[in-house]
Amino acid sequence: MADVSTTSLKTTPLHGLHTRLAARMAEFGGYDMPIQYADGIMAEHNWTRTHAGLFDVSHMGPSFLSLPQLGGGDEAHRKIASIVERLVPSDIASLAPGKVQLTVLLNENGGIIDDLMIGRPPRDDQQGMLYIVVNAGTKENDFALIARAAGADAELHRADDRALIAIQGPEAEAVIAGILPDAVPLTFMTFREIKTTAFGNVIATRCGYTGEDGFEILVPAAHGEAFASRLLEDPRVKPIGLGARDSLRLEGGMCLYGHDIDISKTPVAASLAWMISKARRERGDFPGASRILRELKEGVPSRRVGIRPLGRAPAREGTEIQNTDGETIGVVTSGGFGPTVNGPVAQGYVDTTYAKAGTPLKLIVRGKALEAEVATLPFVPAKYKR
Amino acid sequence: MTTYYTNEHEWISVDGDVGTVGITKFAAEKLGDVVFVELPDVGKSVKKEADMAVVESVKAASDVYAPVTGEVTAANAAIVDEPAKVNEDPEGGGWFVKIKLADKGQLTGLMDKAAYDAFCASQ
Repeated sequence: MADVSTTSLKTTPLHGLHTRLAARMAEFGGYDMPIQYADGIMAEHNWTRTHAGLFDVSHMGPSFLSLPQLGGGDEAHRKIASIVERLVPSDIASLAPGKVQLTVLLNENGGIIDDLMIGRPPRDDQQGMLYIVVNAGTKENDFALIARAAGADAELHRADDRALIAIQGPEAEAVIAGILPDAVPLTFMTFREIKTTAFGNVIATRCGYTGEDGFEILVPAAHGEAFASRLLEDPRVKPIGLGARDSLRLEGGMCLYGHDIDISKTPVAASLAWMISKARRERGDFPGASRILRELKEGVPSRRVGIRPLGRAPAREGTEIQNTDGETIGVVTSGGFGPTVNGPVAQGYVDTTYAKAGTPLKLIVRGKALEAEVATLPFVPAKYKR
Repeated sequence: MTTYYTNEHEWISVDGDVGTVGITKFAAEKLGDVVFVELPDVGKSVKKEADMAVVESVKAASDVYAPVTGEVTAANAAIVDEPAKVNEDPEGGGWFVKIKLADKGQLTGLMDKAAYDAFCASQ
């Protein structure tokens, strides 16, 4: 294993906590992050599916994009939405107050620069602001892009110095009820600001990256560790590292930027066409629209699909995919072992002819052709609270 | 019976001219939960320091190298059926293969327990 010096890495407000919990640390997105704790990836994965897992996701890029003057209802919202709509294909203007949308930043060729979440605040006096969360490894470029789009019309305030803590799993709501009761009424993909005496002003979003019900909570850096420790006092909660986060999201059928999606993929190829709203399709006013609209109409040469190897051997990123005649038809973009599925799971791109669920495939692992088939995503049904 | 260790974290326990081979406790802990093992067929010739088996955890695949040159005389089907056995007892029931040594002289280049423990401590 390559030795990565930790001295040049950034740390999150929970770094001290990870050290005390004896986490195994490694670089991710420029940060020194916990990959796993004492129990290991398998146990952490299973704990999250059955109880509640706590994840430090402070490496990500939360931010606020604001007009100089907040308030002003729908008109202010439409104004701020029009700025980000220059970068994304979703209908941000029509987001209901308090709603969060998963979308993608696109380049002029329709390639995915990043996937991100954009939220419209629920309160009247905060209209004209958007809550935007981008990925860790891409955030410098993303923030520069958004700030450039905003120009003098709006200001981007980074909040990635704060603690962003996810609590995920079937017992997440019951845990949160005792600590942050005002977050409980939130439904999937909604958010609100909550003023607390113990942890300052926090932002709770009902969302996650595991397929389970849960919350992501943005907490002032000074209170991050106290908040995480408070959650960990609950016997239903265990700390979960990035290792299990990856196996959970893979089973949940979600994309990992830089692997399953990147600048060479359009949302249509990535099977994320649902992000492109009807209104935006009609207007065709997003980056790469001509290509993307053509792809929506005529199809794409290859598409992202779920892949289920039929044996026990995992197929990792980069594995060649062949049809039953031995012709190369695609490549695995992320793959590993799914503890809940109790078998290997993967995602990859295949020629569209082979994208239908149940289509037999061959995966070339260490020179051998292993049986596999196209599977419907997600591998584990989502348990969101709608 | 003497046990030797490699700097790739395999162990070989030699009895006569047959050595039982596995991965060390240190390696098993580093790997984490083992979910898949691929072993060579019985009768296959393996070469010292060449890859011989594959062990995969949730996160990654790793090659297991032959500590000596020889012929595989047994493969542990139990760890293929239940890969978690590698984590439970890596230096016992979680053994990988038995190899009939072609050249016992190759053992002199390997580490003993004390040298291996010192090697791990320096990792």
